[in-house]
Parts: sequence; structure tokens; C-alpha cells
Amino acid sequence: MNLLALLWVFGLLSVLAVGGGTAVLPEMKALVVDQHHWLTSDQFGQIYSLGQLSPGPNMLMVSVIGYRVAGSAGAAAALLGFLLPAGLIMFFCGRVWDRFEDSPWKEAVQRGLAPLTIGLMLAGAWVLAKTVILGPSTAAIAVAVTAILLAKHVNPALLIFGGGIVGYLLGR
Amino acid sequence: MTNEVLARPEAHEGPGGAELTRAHRAQAAPAVEPVVGNVTLWQLFRVFFVLGITSFGGGVVAYLRQALVVKQRWMDDETFLSGLELSQTLPGLNATNMSIYMGERLRGLPGAIVALVGMCLPGTVIVMALGMLYASQARSPEMVMVLGGVGAAAVGLTLATSLQIGKKQLANPLDLGLVVLTFVVIGVFRVSLVAALLAIGPLGIWLHRPRKAVAEDGGGAAE
Repeated sequence: MNLLALLWVFGLLSVLAVGGGTAVLPEMKALVVDQHHWLTSDQFGQIYSLGQLSPGPNMLMVSVIGYRVAGSAGAAAALLGFLLPAGLIMFFCGRVWDRFEDSPWKEAVQRGLAPLTIGLMLAGAWVLAKTVILGPSTAAIAVAVTAILLAKHVNPALLIFGGGIVGYLLGR
Repeated sequence: MTNEVLARPEAHEGPGGAELTRAHRAQAAPAVEPVVGNVTLWQLFRVFFVLGITSFGGGVVAYLRQALVVKQRWMDDETFLSGLELSQTLPGLNATNMSIYMGERLRGLPGAIVALVGMCLPGTVIVMALGMLYASQARSPEMVMVLGGVGAAAVGLTLATSLQIGKKQLANPLDLGLVVLTFVVIGVFRVSLVAALLAIGPLGIWLHRPRKAVAEDGGGAAE
């Protein structure tokens, strides 16, 4: 039963992920923490952090959520659920995409969905902030990283690892 | 132009990059000619595997362009940027969508599968290993403190990235309205994402619908 639930939850999130992984974070937390009670809010934030520490797409961390729910099969179910539906859509649309190269509606779809995506990403940042910012030092880290990235170009990976080190030194 | 794409990967990570990508298409396309040959599935897997293990911090798209367009010369900028626009518009992660698109272009369905697996395999193995470590150490205060710091830094990264790729939308009153509406509906009122997408998506497209004799920047829609 848990495997089917994992497939369904992550399959749904997959087709809803317009604008990438951050955009579905609020919905993912609502489903995984509030509705199915697979994780606590703290655990969700910590597993998200594990994804940040790993190479490749951050959202591969869904495999860890699946693993905690139903072992190795759960990890596979979460990962396949999250990657396959959107992957199939991409595969088939990629094959016909060139035909729409000059359609005025292509532009309309891109421009029309862009603000939606930005709003979803900001909501993702907001929900993540409520999950992981639990005291003055975590708040300071988040503000400092935002300011540094907006001010100059720094490899984000350095700031992620730096955040871990500062977190270790200062606590919450 | 090449350097700018590589130096500022975040500029290409979201839908706001559409304008930029058009500029790149015009200026960067002649720079690198693709050498189209027979790319084997093994070569494809190797290149995407290396990308999957070396890309950190969300800049996967810049790494992809560097590897496939500049280094391997498997495709031109035109094809790459067209795929990037599609990846950003459709659901799914940019990195996995791009892998599927590029794999399909080079070797059809087997190519798409091999590219996707290559991109995701290293990260999955590493995050699962970290997950096991986490499970065994979950109660250790040190582990909680490190992950808390990483999570807080991730908040900063997400916020900065959203603001950077959304610069154009945040400056346009009509788009800003849609951004705020989406944020409030999802972030504050916790409306289901399905409902929000079905309502706000078509609204956004309708507001940007093709019209004759309207300024190209869509400014006419704001009045």
C-alpha cells in the first residue's frame, strides 16, 4: 500500500513540477508531512539538506523519503514516480517541439507561465524557510547567503557547504 | 557570450531566461559548429554520468552546455537553447528534462534513457548513502546543526535564484501581480497546487496571448 501511495504522491508532484523542483516544495511538504505523516517537518528539512549536499539534481532526495517509508522498494517507487511522468511528457513534447518554433502561442505560453513559476519558487523558498529557520543563526545564514549571491557571483556549492560549517559552529 | 552563460548559470535556470536565450541564440550560435557523428550510447552515458557527479549547487544547465555544445560538439546552441526553453516550460526538473531532450536528439529513446540514468545515478547513490548515515545519526546534535545550516543556506540560494531569474517578471506590474497572486495562494493560503496551476496558468497565458499591433514587450497588457 505504501508503495502505491509513494508512486501516486510523487507521480502527482512530477506532473505538477512546472518550474522545477523548488516550485513543488510546498505541495511536497503538505503531502509528505501533513497528509501522509511520513516525516516530521524537521526531518523533511533535513532530508532536503541532504539533497543539497549531493551532486546532480537536488530533488534526487525524494529517494531518501521513499526509503524511509518503504525501504529500497520505496526509494525506487519515489524516484520513478518523480522522474517518469514528467520525463515522458518531455520526451514526447521534445519530438514535436520544433514544429511550434514559430507559433505566436509558444511565446504566449512561455511568458504566461513565467510569473507563475517565479511565484511558485518564492513560495518554495518561503515554505523551506519556515521549515529550517528555527533560530537567530539559521536566519543569519539565510540572509547572508541571499545577500552574497545577489551581490556577486559565487559558486553556490561553496555557500551550501559554508552554511553547514557555520551551522555546526553556531547551532540554531 | 559563452563565458557569460557559464559564469551565470542561474540566468538560464528559469523561464525568465527566455529573453536571454534569444539573445544568445543570435550571438552565440555561429561560435561553435557541431560535429555530428555517431555518438555511441556508452559515450552518451559517460558524459552525462560525469555531469551528474560534478554538477553542484543547481548550475547543471551551464555544465550541460559546456559539455555537449562546447566540448563534445554534439549539438549547436540553437538546438540546445530550444531544448532549454522547452525544459523550463514543461513540468519536471530542468536537468532531467534537458538530459532527456538531448539524449533523444542524439540517439532516440535509448539515448534519452541512457542520458537520464547517467545524470541521476551518481546523485542518487550519494544522497542514499547520506540518507543511511543520517538515519543512523539522526539524533546526534552535530548532524542536526550541520543540516540546519545547509538548509538555511539553501533558503538563501533559492530566494536569490528566484529573484535573479524573475528580475524581468518582478519589474513588470502585470507579471508582478501574477507572481504575488501565486505566492499568496500557495505559500500563505496553501491552496492545492493543481487548482492554482489550472487557474493561474491559463490566466497568465491569456494575458500574454498573441495580439496584433501590441508592443513586443507585452507592456500593452498592463494597461
